Amino acid sequence: MAPSDYNVVDLATSTKRELNQQLHALAANTNETLWRVENPQGQHALAVGLDSPVTVEIAGHAGYYCAGMNKQATIVVEGNAGVGVAENMMSGKVHVKGDASQSAGATAHGGLLVIDGDASARCGISMKGIDIVVKGSIGPMSAFMGQSGNLVVLGDAGDALGDSIYEAKLFVRGKVKSLGADCIEKDLRDEHKADLRRLLDEAGLPDVQPDEFKRYGSARTLYNFHVDNAAAY
Amino acid sequence: MCGIVGLFLKDKALEPQLGSLLAGMLEVMTDRGPDSAGFAVYGGGNADHVKLTVRGAGLDRIVNQFGKAVTVTVRDTHAILSVPIDLEERVRGWLATERPDLVVIGTGQRIELYKEVGLPADVATRFGLAGMSGTHGIGHTRMATESAVTTDGAHPFSTGADQCLVHNGSLSNHRSLRRMLEPQGIHFATDNDSEVAAGYLSWKLREGATLAQALEASLDDLDGFFTFVVGTESGFAVVRDPISCKPAVMAETDQYVAFGSEYRALVGLPGIENARVFEPEPARVYAWERN
Repeated sequence: MAPSDYNVVDLATSTKRELNQQLHALAANTNETLWRVENPQGQHALAVGLDSPVTVEIAGHAGYYCAGMNKQATIVVEGNAGVGVAENMMSGKVHVKGDASQSAGATAHGGLLVIDGDASARCGISMKGIDIVVKGSIGPMSAFMGQSGNLVVLGDAGDALGDSIYEAKLFVRGKVKSLGADCIEKDLRDEHKADLRRLLDEAGLPDVQPDEFKRYGSARTLYNFHVDNAAAY
Repeated sequence: MCGIVGLFLKDKALEPQLGSLLAGMLEVMTDRGPDSAGFAVYGGGNADHVKLTVRGAGLDRIVNQFGKAVTVTVRDTHAILSVPIDLEERVRGWLATERPDLVVIGTGQRIELYKEVGLPADVATRFGLAGMSGTHGIGHTRMATESAVTTDGAHPFSTGADQCLVHNGSLSNHRSLRRMLEPQGIHFATDNDSEVAAGYLSWKLREGATLAQALEASLDDLDGFFTFVVGTESGFAVVRDPISCKPAVMAETDQYVAFGSEYRALVGLPGIENARVFEPEPARVYAWERN
């Protein structure tokens, strides 16, 4: 049961559209800052497109695109999240307490995505500034074409990590099955350790040390124009 | 798009509810496939009999030909013929010559297979799925993308005794596989790519592979996008292509293993709140066998 200062929306009796409309109507200075969504039952597009500094707790599993396009809000999924959680997030925080399906944090420009369990294939694909911390492992083709932001993985990474990567920074503590095209291991410098420390603290991991990670990023041989390759473009 | 579901019971106490649970899962997947629906249920069987699932019109005229030896249970456009094994050839011969309008879509000791054009809930109701019991079942809701909306194009596909498959995705080398399989005696009734996948597995099983081995081999030989859910007389298995293009969620408890294209399909299952919910990894075979 939620404390009395929560606004509770029970999806057994309300529609998802009613939920999202209530959340969209909130002003930036709203006093209704705590929301709890009961009986989510894996529905898609829960708490999408928020733009106010509120906290929304989803009491169970969420379907596709949960918390997509988020700005400012903190959204907590107390279960697993389906495909595309926090896709295109701009700011704020999304915390998945279970596993996340494919394309977690895809194309997101900002904010922090924390996944307590594993994330499936294509985590952080085309990430554009988001910070992602995965406490478990991530699937194949993660951070494909990642442009900026940080992807921190405490477990292992699947095949083709960082394929065709631009300037996103990847930190993996476990094993990497294989690196994608133009992705290489790089030095873990002090500035990266500082970034890691900040991200690990924000994700509630004060005991994990930055030194335990390896850094991966772009060799920058693929995305620059070379006149010798002109015929190939 | 298409939606696929599967339910494999470990707990005998749930067996009377198999049909109603599967019907609920199928209906939730209507958004993924409103064009047609189908399901296969592994119910009771008799070691001396084979069940033929026959589809067509005028099904009540079958029974007179064989008297009491063959029982015919008509459900809407389908009939289940329970045939003593020594009569199977005669019954099949009679069907082929006298009733070429009928199609045998499933054969086996325990499998019954139903599929029809229409909304999943309507299809389930027409065949009385909710009242069926059994040990495991699989289902499919189809959004036709590459071929016409016909009952022939509906899943599951069954190409061997007590075998069936539902598929979400599309295969790119099904023509060459078909050319390889047909000389091996694998018969196809439609031009559907998913039927070729079913036929491939039937061929591997016939060659002595276990269900898990057959699916392992399919990862090498089948090209395209696929999530398969497969049933055999005693087995249930799931596999996804190496890119895991198509969605899949599974849940396991002490009572059952369940599969859905989306988690929503699983929310009506008993004890789902405490199930281990996981996403099957790409290119990894998950298989269970009945004790």
